[in-house]
Amino acid sequence: MADDHLHHEDLAGQVPSDPALRIKALESLLVELGLVDPATIDAWIESFEKRIGPHNGAKIVARAWVDPDYKQRLLANGAGAIGEMNLLGSQGQHIVVVENTPIVHNLVVCTLCSCYPWPLLGLPPRWYKSAPYRSQAVIDPRGVLREFGLELGPDAEVRVWDSTSEVRYLVLPERPPGTEKMSEAELASLVTRDAMIGTARIPSPGRTR
Amino acid sequence: MNGIHDMGGMHGFGPIAPEANEPVFHEDWEARMFGLRRAMTSPRGFTIDRFRFLRETMPPVTYLTWSYYEHWYFATAQSLLQAGMVTIEELRTGHAAAGRPKRNDAMRPESVEAAATRGGNFARAIDAPPGFAVGQAVVTRNLNPTGHTRLPRYARGKRGLIHHWHGAQVFADSSARGDGECPQHLYSVMFSARELWGADAAPQDKVHLDLWESYLDAL
Repeated sequence: MADDHLHHEDLAGQVPSDPALRIKALESLLVELGLVDPATIDAWIESFEKRIGPHNGAKIVARAWVDPDYKQRLLANGAGAIGEMNLLGSQGQHIVVVENTPIVHNLVVCTLCSCYPWPLLGLPPRWYKSAPYRSQAVIDPRGVLREFGLELGPDAEVRVWDSTSEVRYLVLPERPPGTEKMSEAELASLVTRDAMIGTARIPSPGRTR
Repeated sequence: MNGIHDMGGMHGFGPIAPEANEPVFHEDWEARMFGLRRAMTSPRGFTIDRFRFLRETMPPVTYLTWSYYEHWYFATAQSLLQAGMVTIEELRTGHAAAGRPKRNDAMRPESVEAAATRGGNFARAIDAPPGFAVGQAVVTRNLNPTGHTRLPRYARGKRGLIHHWHGAQVFADSSARGDGECPQHLYSVMFSARELWGADAAPQDKVHLDLWESYLDAL
């Protein structure tokens, strides 16, 4: 489009500098124009504050830990296996699951924006969207992991996944020792968001990291 | 475009600073902007790729000083301005100019669940067979388009291996321009960290990117 740069130089300077006012004005305007229903805004917010979040991804991980056949399907065809549990969705129809092992550590980033598997993890945390993480994860993943308190040995292989398409990545963390007798639901409660991004391991229950 | 958004491999942005027990939204206006973006009627032909491209057109200083949902504000406002659906004056005041027609076809709250769980499939069937096979050596093209691209600067002109074929998907670069979906085969391409970053990188480390066929040449 020829007019791509028509307004951008002055947009930021011509609207209210306080984001709360700026966004309130946009909402009011779009309501007046009939372009948005405020109740639909509320419904989207509620959906991501209450229903969609890392507990969804945790269910997938726990199932893979207890069911070897499911794990095999999950790693071979992430979307298919996640679809079995009705957990696909917007920003997460095309999912690839990558497995951490004692010698392979996976880390997910989106250097160009902030792509993230919404249906499984909810909306991304602030640090995932930030310049420090987006810039550093591909060039110094071991340094990033150190910032999260995770020191990898020199023999470990780090695999970074830069989310440059609509494919979204989920890390299958290692099942911690000492969890052999736990139920699937108990296991799911151990699984953290960061472990599914790849910036954490899951500690053994009852131990501190 | 070679913009500030393309930050993979840059230095100097400081520590990552994860926040314990972070809320989904830090401010009410973040939640409103998120919900507004998802709920609103977009200009005709608007796509997620167009949305990403408009964020990339933010002046670099604004990009770095405005937070994530302010980026969403910018791209949303810009899309409406470019389509002639709003004016700067209307964005400033929050009120429609006299005589603007009002629509009555906005998304309803009961549609949210279906949109959240079923939306967004980008796979497309195309006639052309994939041009590359898993395991094949490829080199990324040195492309520097002024429009949207998903080939980051750090991975241009680099040698890698086809790790996985994802099938054909909507081509982001075309979709962002408003030129249609033009689906192409999409591959996960594996690069050694040393190919991308030089001899200081650990020899066994890898970086994978999802790249469309027209970003690649056989090696």
